[in-house]
Amino acid sequence: MTVRSTTLGGHTYEFASLADLLAKATPARSGDVLAGCAAGSAAQRVAAQVVLADLPLATFLEEQVVGYDEDDVTRLILDTHDPVAFAPVAGLTVGEFRDELLTWAAEGDETAISSLARGLTPEMVAATSKLMRNADLVAVGRRARVVTGLRSTLGLPGRLASRLQPNHPTDDPLGVTASIVDGLLQGSGDAVIGINPATDSPARTVALLELVDAVIRRYEIPTQSCVLAHVTTTLRALEQRAPVDLVFQSVAGTQAANRGFGVTLDLLAEARAGALELGRGTVGRNVTYFETGQGSALSADAHRGIDGVPVDQQTLECRAYAVARHFEPLLVNTVVGFIGPEYLYDGKQVVRAGLEDHFCGKLLGLPMGVDVCYTNHAEVDADDTDTLTLLLGAAGCSFVIAVPGSDDVMLHYQSLSFSDVLTTRRVLGLRPAPEFEAWLTRMDLLDADGRVRTLAADAPAARALLAAARP
Amino acid sequence: MTVTGSDPWAVLRAATRARVALGRAGDGLPTARELEFRLAHAVARDAVHTPLDPAVVRAGLDGVPVLEVRSAAADRAEYLQRPDLGRRLAPGCTLPRDGADVAVVLADGLSPRAVHEHGAALARALLERLDGWSVGPVVIATQARVALGDEIGAQLGARVVLVLIGERPGLSSADSLGVYLTWDPRPGRADSERNCVSNVRPPHGLGYAEAADVVVRLLASARELGASGVALKDEGPALPPA
Repeated sequence: MTVRSTTLGGHTYEFASLADLLAKATPARSGDVLAGCAAGSAAQRVAAQVVLADLPLATFLEEQVVGYDEDDVTRLILDTHDPVAFAPVAGLTVGEFRDELLTWAAEGDETAISSLARGLTPEMVAATSKLMRNADLVAVGRRARVVTGLRSTLGLPGRLASRLQPNHPTDDPLGVTASIVDGLLQGSGDAVIGINPATDSPARTVALLELVDAVIRRYEIPTQSCVLAHVTTTLRALEQRAPVDLVFQSVAGTQAANRGFGVTLDLLAEARAGALELGRGTVGRNVTYFETGQGSALSADAHRGIDGVPVDQQTLECRAYAVARHFEPLLVNTVVGFIGPEYLYDGKQVVRAGLEDHFCGKLLGLPMGVDVCYTNHAEVDADDTDTLTLLLGAAGCSFVIAVPGSDDVMLHYQSLSFSDVLTTRRVLGLRPAPEFEAWLTRMDLLDADGRVRTLAADAPAARALLAAARP
Repeated sequence: MTVTGSDPWAVLRAATRARVALGRAGDGLPTARELEFRLAHAVARDAVHTPLDPAVVRAGLDGVPVLEVRSAAADRAEYLQRPDLGRRLAPGCTLPRDGADVAVVLADGLSPRAVHEHGAALARALLERLDGWSVGPVVIATQARVALGDEIGAQLGARVVLVLIGERPGLSSADSLGVYLTWDPRPGRADSERNCVSNVRPPHGLGYAEAADVVVRLLASARELGASGVALKDEGPALPPA
């Protein structure tokens, strides 16, 4: 292992390995303290950033944080690396790469930034993000263009889509439908109507798939559905020819963590092939959806790399993106405040992590969204989620997640509300996905300025949609 | 917005407990709805952060012998960020080995409020039902995670530990108590080796007698099997993360 060091202010700082260097360079967060890999002082953190800035990007192709032989995520990353896409930045250090990205962003050169994706590894992108401030993450993130589609087109400039999340504690069909109607009436659902089922039963999953499919067909809504069951459950639904638009799976950045999720790369490939075969897309063929989140590997005790050295949670998060991008997803989102204060303690850490995840995902070529959320035992409140959401809107985030009144009554956490999505679109001049926007117009849900109306219950659109929620 | 029989929005409200049909003020929430949400969050936050007062629990236990311990987490902020410390006793904190069958632990967990409101009553309901078991003093544990019961049970020499612990508050339930049963407690037990009875919070959730009956049945099965956890799967609900 290569020991790297620097002397600053008469003090010499040494970093025993690449994983150690990356961890010490990471902006402060509770999960790295819990893992025992965080910087021990503010000066040590900056010293690590100084060393990291001078590291050639190409180092990450030769030296690993998680071993090639023992981890299939590492093998996927290196075996699919595209040297042609990497060529424009192959001679740069991490610090020079940051400068180049900021220059391209300022020039509005989306092509220069976006065409790098397949040439970048998660570790390169994670390293670069550690040298960036929040505004850097926003400025570059908004110029990394990733457009995907199935029945709506996501990621276009000037658009912010939303996942409508109509969860219900018992998956009651009327209860789920009521939340869907509430969201549609407020202009949400263009990314997906996506339900976390209360149980992972195949029969329940099929019933929910059929329920959402019926709503989508009845009102001819240009969007897609998803029931966020385990991939093996979705495979069962596919065997039964259920209306599966999207294959969902939570993924993480190490093979061991993915094993903890009960998932392998082969399983994901098989499910994707099954969904593609159904041919349910109209504007695109992206049929997978992944969720990730900093801390998921640590919570599965699967966060160690070469020689058992802990890898910081943000680098591991980026490695999860390598798994996701291999399956050409329609949607990927980090669930940024869900996992708890032992990984991201307060609003500052959650805001930072949300911007990092969006930036890193986009740079790696993912249609990146964020579940801006928190639990009641974290030092986070709605002011913090407002801040992050507006910053993500400015950063060109593909989509956010919204639930009725911010209160997910099944998963017991707070995400955004439908009105938060409207506020963000209004403040930043963002619009829904184009196909969905046209549908909102057809339903007479938009006013002359393209804004979602506040409807009276006897308005035709309200009457039409409320009919779906009648017993 | 008033809810009447003829209010079409009532269709949505009747169908789910989710916060549907809130109305809007511009793009935001109307003031009344905003304040309702804020209050629910504030109540949940207070449930997490109001410290456990052992005197409240002692008073409710009507003279049952009590011991007090704390975990290695120095304060609430450290407790929330370092779950590993909440699973270990504070340095120098020891308990006398009494060799009773059952150790009962009242732990603050993520909702000390749940212990204030339901802890003593549930403990009494349990103690009344433990015929055929010897029971040591009730242990009140602060800044405690479920697994702290493993070390407590091991020091007391108990065959089984029952940890009554405040569950993570939701927006609609800030006072929910859970009971975790671990056979042959010792440090290093996995969560899969426990059984859980969750959501004890009368009148909205499980009642004390109802919960205690379930726990006593689990105890009998665990004694027969000489183990707890997934082997007792059919007897109890799925185990939420500790």
